[in-house]
Amino acid sequence: MTEITAVKAEESASEAEQNPSTVSDAASVEPGIAVKADRLYKAFGRKPHDIVKKLQGGASRDELSHLGTAAVIDASFEVKRGEIFVVMGLSGSGKSTLIRMLNGLLEATSGTVTVGDTPITGIPAAKLRDVRRQSISMVFQHFALLPHRTVIDNVAYGLEVQGMPREERLAKARTIIRLVGLDGWADNLPSELSGGMQQRVGLGRALAADTDVLLMDEAFSALDPLIRREMQEQLIELQAELGKTIIFITHDLNEAMFLGDRIAVMRDGRIVQIGTPEEILTDPANDYVAQFVQDVDRARVLTAGSVMEPARSVVTVTAGPRAALRTMRDLQTSATFVLRRDRSFAGVVRDRDVLKQVKAGDGDLRAIILDATAVSADTALVDLVELAVESDLPIAVVDERNRLLGVIPRVTLLAALGNVSTATGELPVTEPPATISMSIITETLRETAPEGVQP
Amino acid sequence: MSTTAAVITAADFRIPLGSWADGFIDFITDTFGFFFDFVRAIFSGAYDLVDLALASPPFWVIIIVAGVLGLMIRGWKFAVGTVIGLVVIVGVDQWENAMDSLALVLVASILAILFSVPLGILAAKSSLASGIIRPVLDFMQTMPAFVYLIPALILFRVGVVPGIVATIIFAMAPGVRLTELGIRNVDHEVVEAGQAFGASPWRILRQIQLPLAMPTIMAGINQVIMLSLSMVVIAGMVGAGGLGQQVVASLNRIDVSLGFEAGLSVVILAIFLDRITAALGTGNTPIGRLRAARKHSGTPAAPTPADDSTAEAEIEAAKRPGVLQPS
Repeated sequence: MTEITAVKAEESASEAEQNPSTVSDAASVEPGIAVKADRLYKAFGRKPHDIVKKLQGGASRDELSHLGTAAVIDASFEVKRGEIFVVMGLSGSGKSTLIRMLNGLLEATSGTVTVGDTPITGIPAAKLRDVRRQSISMVFQHFALLPHRTVIDNVAYGLEVQGMPREERLAKARTIIRLVGLDGWADNLPSELSGGMQQRVGLGRALAADTDVLLMDEAFSALDPLIRREMQEQLIELQAELGKTIIFITHDLNEAMFLGDRIAVMRDGRIVQIGTPEEILTDPANDYVAQFVQDVDRARVLTAGSVMEPARSVVTVTAGPRAALRTMRDLQTSATFVLRRDRSFAGVVRDRDVLKQVKAGDGDLRAIILDATAVSADTALVDLVELAVESDLPIAVVDERNRLLGVIPRVTLLAALGNVSTATGELPVTEPPATISMSIITETLRETAPEGVQP
Repeated sequence: MSTTAAVITAADFRIPLGSWADGFIDFITDTFGFFFDFVRAIFSGAYDLVDLALASPPFWVIIIVAGVLGLMIRGWKFAVGTVIGLVVIVGVDQWENAMDSLALVLVASILAILFSVPLGILAAKSSLASGIIRPVLDFMQTMPAFVYLIPALILFRVGVVPGIVATIIFAMAPGVRLTELGIRNVDHEVVEAGQAFGASPWRILRQIQLPLAMPTIMAGINQVIMLSLSMVVIAGMVGAGGLGQQVVASLNRIDVSLGFEAGLSVVILAIFLDRITAALGTGNTPIGRLRAARKHSGTPAAPTPADDSTAEAEIEAAKRPGVLQPS
């Protein structure tokens, strides 16, 4: 039978987001909310409550600059369990203030934060500490390791605060150290480690605390680009393995697009848009976001699922070669995709082969099905380029059960990468173009037609 | 005659601050006399105890102890220097006075540290406390030391206790200031990390702020000790005895030789105490190095970070082309 090459991108994010259909499935299941922020305000100054009242009354941020700074204005969002939620904005946009309100390091001037099912705004300090121990941990931009403690003691710090006995917490820290790839460094001091390794310790410390939610404040911004990329990939792997809810702050749009299941874009204290990376890229809420995203590496963000077109040139195996030939004639194309009886993707047939079969009166398409490239919907466009070069056929996009979701002709791929619309209007993109003239096909069909059947 | 009455001369304008202070001290003496007697008993008891420990053994015992201390904390060169210096003190016949002064300095410094470090912590934790403590420290540090010797004399009577009290007041300031500075300068993110993992303020103080502020706090303690020593002479004026009394006596008698010998003894003690506490502050002591070396040899030789990061980069580079694997 036909073998199908499914290209799974290295960049494939968690299994949760992927193509539009699974997203809507997830929404209907309602996986639970890990962190909820409701109308959060944070103002700094002599009378922060006055500032917030004036903001709620419609005053702008700049009008109130003489009273103090409105760092976060009316921020509301929900982070789903097991999601990587990225808050992105330039420095001064209020993202660091926002993340610090989520674990109570800063007290919200107005609004509520709920972690799991515990509201953390306005609760006593001791109770807040309990929430931090049990439910929410943090990774810092400059690592914030305890410099006088060894790696293993740093990793075990959260457990120590939780009151776990020494032997037990060191054993657990040891497994975490292995998980983050720091085997053999347990007894070194942080100052003996490179930046990337120090941040692994920071990540390990947060993971060891075994909380559901991980806050990451510009966690990779202080690292070299190469190390940063590696850490991003490792974070996604760890997230898929451990299923943590991660709230990640960054000013780097490419990082946001790479990591985020959803992204909140912040500007001047307000969240201007929340959406998946593709929504932000393809449908920016305003000019600011549009300007922001114009430098994004589209090839790495856009996925096959977001640019694919409906497959037109499709036949089922059971329909036989005559139907296949007719389809190709009608669409003026030289190849057509073939589906099995259970609608799974089988491959492709070429017009010459089908023509021969029709002439020979052979009724089984399966004999002439050729391999065709199929990718999953979450494959990044960057991984499609090589495939598109190798074959003139459109790239098939299939779901996890190998059913055909759509196709990506070369033109569509180019248009998506160049951020222009395919602009074909009513006419569907037809690839590859027909190589055998319509009249020959029609002639052949008529000649071989069984009694009483019109071509 | 009527015109002169209207002119107010500078001599007429007088704020009686001095008599208020006098009245205040009288009031304190009358009301809290029992308290000051109590403090006096404790301070003089502590002084007698330390003085007994330093002055009763033969001088060579103390010299050997000091030499070994120097060896452990700074190394053999310093140990030799310590022994020579102390022998010089014995040689100029100031040993007992030096031990009396050392006892006063130790008692006063320890008490000053006991007061100043908690005050410094308080000032670091609360801006209000800092705002109150700061001007008080300025006052204590800049008011000429002789001035607060006077109420100290009234409250504690002549002897070693007013000397100790004046020394504590004079020497406390850098202890408080540097403790506050040290704690405030601890990397904010590290403190936040402690908070983010749910540590209590006390745990953060104990496990993060104090250890990280320790070098600065130790610099403050070093300063406390040095200032205490510089007060020895002034304490001598109120009957505290020791080297200070010798210096005061030589001043009264215009006795150059006695003055030089007593003064040199102060310098030798000062250098000894300064170098010891400075070394403790940086943690760079032979004992510390020995412990670090032992600990390091116990762990398997780990690759250097630089090697490892290039290895990571290579693995990364090797991984990349493998992303696309269409068959």
